[in-house]
Amino acid sequence: MARKISYQQAINEALAQEMRRDQSVFIIGQDVSGGTGAPGEQDAWGGVLGVTKGLYPEFPDRVLDAPLSEVGYVGMAVGAATRGMRPVCELMFVDFIGCCLDQLLNQAAKFRYMFGGKTTTPLVVRAMYGAGLRAAAQHSQMLTSMWTHIPGLKVVCPATPYDAKGMLIQAIRDNDPVIFLEHKMLYSLQGEVPEELYTVPFGEANFVREGNDVTLVTYGRMVHVAMEAAANLARQGIDCEVLDLRTTSPLDEDSILESVEKTGRLVVIDESNPRCSIAADISALVAQRAFSFLRAPIEMVTAPHTPVPFSDALEDLYIPNAAKIEAAVLKIADKRNAA
Amino acid sequence: MIHTLTMPKWGLSMTEGRVDVWLKQQGDSVEKGEEVLDVETDKISSSVEAPFSGVLRRVLAQTDETLPVGALLAIVVEGEASEAEIDAVIEAFQAGFVSSAAEAEASGPSAQKVEVGGRLLRYLDLGEGGTPLVLVHGFGGDLNNWLFNHPALSAQRRVIALDLPGHGESGKHLQTGDVQELSDAVLGLLDHLNIDRVHLAGHSMGGLVSLNLARLAPQRVASLTLIASAGLGPEINGDYLQGFTEASNRNALKPPLIQLFSDPALVNRQMLEDMLKFKRLEGVDQALRQISGQLFGGGRQLIDLRNMVGQQPGLVIWGSDDAIIPASHAQGVEAQVEILPGQGHMVQLEAAERVNELMLGFLKIQP
Repeated sequence: MARKISYQQAINEALAQEMRRDQSVFIIGQDVSGGTGAPGEQDAWGGVLGVTKGLYPEFPDRVLDAPLSEVGYVGMAVGAATRGMRPVCELMFVDFIGCCLDQLLNQAAKFRYMFGGKTTTPLVVRAMYGAGLRAAAQHSQMLTSMWTHIPGLKVVCPATPYDAKGMLIQAIRDNDPVIFLEHKMLYSLQGEVPEELYTVPFGEANFVREGNDVTLVTYGRMVHVAMEAAANLARQGIDCEVLDLRTTSPLDEDSILESVEKTGRLVVIDESNPRCSIAADISALVAQRAFSFLRAPIEMVTAPHTPVPFSDALEDLYIPNAAKIEAAVLKIADKRNAA
Repeated sequence: MIHTLTMPKWGLSMTEGRVDVWLKQQGDSVEKGEEVLDVETDKISSSVEAPFSGVLRRVLAQTDETLPVGALLAIVVEGEASEAEIDAVIEAFQAGFVSSAAEAEASGPSAQKVEVGGRLLRYLDLGEGGTPLVLVHGFGGDLNNWLFNHPALSAQRRVIALDLPGHGESGKHLQTGDVQELSDAVLGLLDHLNIDRVHLAGHSMGGLVSLNLARLAPQRVASLTLIASAGLGPEINGDYLQGFTEASNRNALKPPLIQLFSDPALVNRQMLEDMLKFKRLEGVDQALRQISGQLFGGGRQLIDLRNMVGQQPGLVIWGSDDAIIPASHAQGVEAQVEILPGQGHMVQLEAAERVNELMLGFLKIQP
């Protein structure tokens, strides 16, 4: 049996192995080494949740603690990427995007296009995202649709330790800026991960469960919630197919359409807020391209259009859960019109 | 006699299985060896056979229910038993179950890795005694290709399955990828384990490796079992080899993989994803190209070791509908030849019971 490690360890291992392989890979971010140059740095914590722990002692010249200025260090990483380095820049919480938006939206994402392909920007921005950690409205957002909306950026949301390692290696080797989103609630998730290097390509969704009755499309932490719902629904005789998008940009449109053409029913699950979301985008795609295959209206299960609440009870209510997915499936499962 | 029918463990990685369909209903009589239910795992679906005859008195696992390995599926009663006696057996089983499942996980057999000749080799060593049997998988495979054979065969003797260089969890870097390099790895492992003499069983390319070992070190080979083996004739499905080697996504990989099986439904998305996981590992793409160039360049088998058969006792097994290497290659070889009707290239997986029976029968009569 392949070795099992956590999602967090998988990310750490991908960084370490790529830094060993390629001298141009370096890490920059707030607290990534836990205070470079400070006493005790050798066993420093390694990022706010310890994901980069242990890397500074091995690569003291390539794990750089940045000051509290996203505009400064993200901009620096973008520049370094255009000059042949492969920076892995840690934004800590994705909620801090506002502090460096121009560097990513108007600079990194545009260079290849505006310079006629003469410049590449092999940058990775790692960030934690998602709710569930009781971290309140400024540290719990998804914001996946904001990133996905910007042409020139690739957006990666691994759901398993296996994907986390393979997609981070792919992100580091990719010649375009990649936003690599790590769901905080998945860090301790264990899974089989090869010790060797490998890459998981972007734009290929993963069929995590095959089924014939209803297609559940989702990504990130919600993959596991959708699987829980699918297991419960199977006991009621409803056979769900669960599709993990893995990347929201590029988007594997073919797999979504292929599945909906088979099942005729779609529920899109997105932990993000509903307006202009991945859920809305996929619903539009299917309505436009596979309308004649649909046997029931498309359902979306998303967070409500509010900030993430700090109250435990309200946060639990805010995040989509298996019961909500099951209710959405049951709502459309018996509709057999226009078959 | 009250028997408990439990969730089987197929291969190393199976931790749970889903009840797909009950082929027998409560109250039905079952004969030993009869299929009672179908179970699906993340790797493969297969039938669970009754290890004893009797009446299926209780069906305890529901269709679609996912249960851990070792969990109680049903009660089969041989002769007479009261409902109260059955209840008592179920109660005692369930009370003891959690700990025994955890124990099985902790102490279950696990593959090992050794460095042989500067390269990592993974192998799984089961059973004890007798002249050991070594199982050698085919092109693009790994030791899990023997998932349904390895445990059954190891009831009789020590049985070792390995991952060839470039495959499974063994080292991926190859010098040339020729049959010599693959054979040397097997010999290196035997030396490492201090084993002088073995029975060899090879599937497909593993059969070619076994034949080459019989050529290199005849004194170390007690017998040869060749399953859908390479090395016995020139034809091989070049489209399959090319398609399999070049495929880098699910849709490209599916058509070649379907050619391996007689039942195309076995090639589900999980199997495709598992195969892609192997193909994504650094070095695999190059290793597969090197090996296929050396052994099967131009869509033909470049190495013929047919004249090696007959020097040791031999068993040749083939699926009649093999779409990769034609079963006609079995004709006229100096060995016990068994053609299994309707079966494909992965005959040891799809017709595991029959292959195990043939192999156990063959090995039993070897000195």
